[in-house]
Amino acid sequence: MPIHTVKSYEDELALLDKKIAQMGGLAEHNLAQAFDALQRRDPRQAEMVVVADQAIDLLERDIEEQVIEMIARRQPLANDLRHVMAALKITSDLERIGDLAKNIAKRAGAIAEVSHPKPVISGLGRMVELALKQLKSVLDAYADHDAERAIEVWRDDQQIDAMYNSLFRELLTYMMEDPRNIGLSTHLLFGAKNLERVGDHTTNIAETVHYLVRGEPITDDRPKGDDTSLTLVTKHE
Amino acid sequence: MEHQIVQDASIAEVPVAGPTITARDVNVFYGEKQALFDVSVDINRNSVTSFIGPSGCGKSTFLRCINRMNDTIPICRVTGDIRLDGENIYDTDLDVVELRARVGMVFQKPNPFPKSIYENVAYGPRIHGLTRSKKELDELVESCLEKAGLLKEVHDRLDEPGTGLSGGQQQRLCIARAIATRPEVILMDEPCSALDPIATAKVEELMDELKANYTIIIVTHSMQQAARVSQRTAFFHLGKLVEVGDTRQIFTNPRNKRTQDYITGRFG
Ligand SMILES: Nc1ncnc2c1ncn2[C@@H]1O[C@H](COP(=O)(O)OP(=O)(O)OP(=O)(O)O)[C@@H](O)[C@H]1O
Ligand SMILES: [Mg+2]
Repeated sequence: MPIHTVKSYEDELALLDKKIAQMGGLAEHNLAQAFDALQRRDPRQAEMVVVADQAIDLLERDIEEQVIEMIARRQPLANDLRHVMAALKITSDLERIGDLAKNIAKRAGAIAEVSHPKPVISGLGRMVELALKQLKSVLDAYADHDAERAIEVWRDDQQIDAMYNSLFRELLTYMMEDPRNIGLSTHLLFGAKNLERVGDHTTNIAETVHYLVRGEPITDDRPKGDDTSLTLVTKHE
Repeated sequence: MEHQIVQDASIAEVPVAGPTITARDVNVFYGEKQALFDVSVDINRNSVTSFIGPSGCGKSTFLRCINRMNDTIPICRVTGDIRLDGENIYDTDLDVVELRARVGMVFQKPNPFPKSIYENVAYGPRIHGLTRSKKELDELVESCLEKAGLLKEVHDRLDEPGTGLSGGQQQRLCIARAIATRPEVILMDEPCSALDPIATAKVEELMDELKANYTIIIVTHSMQQAARVSQRTAFFHLGKLVEVGDTRQIFTNPRNKRTQDYITGRFG
């Protein structure tokens, strides 16, 4: 793409992308650290994630302010308009991902005293791994203006949904086996739900990237993997 | 008011959605030099179409084809087909004076006649014999000034020279003059380039109102103005029509790369 006749405009767009990349990197890092704190039952590390989330919030505000200023001063059009609007939407999804990581960290702190069921933790581990891979992929798609890659991410979200489904059932069983597991299991279940929500925000970003590149929304039908809202405990009795 | 009735009937005849103007394969030459290449475009009725493009791309040239103002330039030659309500405007039988009454024009620089405000507006209707009495003409002048959003500012000084008005007022006077012959089409060539933001907003508001009854084409160098006032936008480059489409689409998702580069300020 040829660059802007006004160079400072070009610089501002590049700066916006730099901030998004930075914010995405922090969100990835915090999510990984939050799970690590959970897995290792390390309340100090969990606390660090909670503190580190502030940097993400600050970046969100910074990006918002820059976008508002650019709209006021540059009145971006066409791909530039889609660019600044995409940044504005992505920053808010990344902020939510940061919050979800923080929430996992808080739960990690709350259940650090009790030992965790191994299969559930390794299930969560696989979910985190996939969520991180998806997040990284969508951030690359944004940086490279790669609509195909965005569609891939968007499709693959159903895998996270499927993982959430199976963890959901596993935790239900675990709770029914012994009511003393309910406290711990509830935290782990919310943890899994948080990861599923991270996947949804990543999917939002994929849709935004697609619109940014192609100027139109993704039109494919995506198979929906999460059916837990239709699941009843009695089914398992 | 006979003319009014005839015009209303002709509007009723054609489907409202159909284009007022259809241009096919229009080529324009100034002597040896070709300024427009195979321009084909439909201009929608009762809406505003904006023409955008870099300086010298042929916007004014194309605008001047629509009311045959190019006829006044001796070296200028036009080929192709331009129809107004299906009627070939380059037909040898066509009365050019009448055509220019049907297709009014407003220029970049406000150019009122060196006459009174009243005479500026009354001139057209008088030479075209649109009114039968002094009273009717008075009413017409007043209603045109009203429609142009100028009446309040000038009602007590209609006898003063039009050239004594401010730039923005002069431009609205020229618009009043353009609509006085009850045209179907109003061509505006950068009508706001010499106006301050308030006068510009008034002209834009006026266009918004006028489009209920007129077909308007505006040439503008302001992307924001084109985005604000028009329903359709046509992008010209090097004498060719590169892209025409819904204004919303052109400014959010242009199909052509050259359009995108131009409207985002990436033209080298
Ligand atoms: N009267 C004329 N005699 C000779 N060449 C002309 C004449 N009018 C225009 N041209 C040429 O035709 C081409 C198109 O000019 P035109 O005035 O239509 O451009 P434009 O798009 O209106 O530009 P601008 O935005 O600067 O008003 C230019 O190359 C110009 O030099
Ligand atoms: Mg011009």
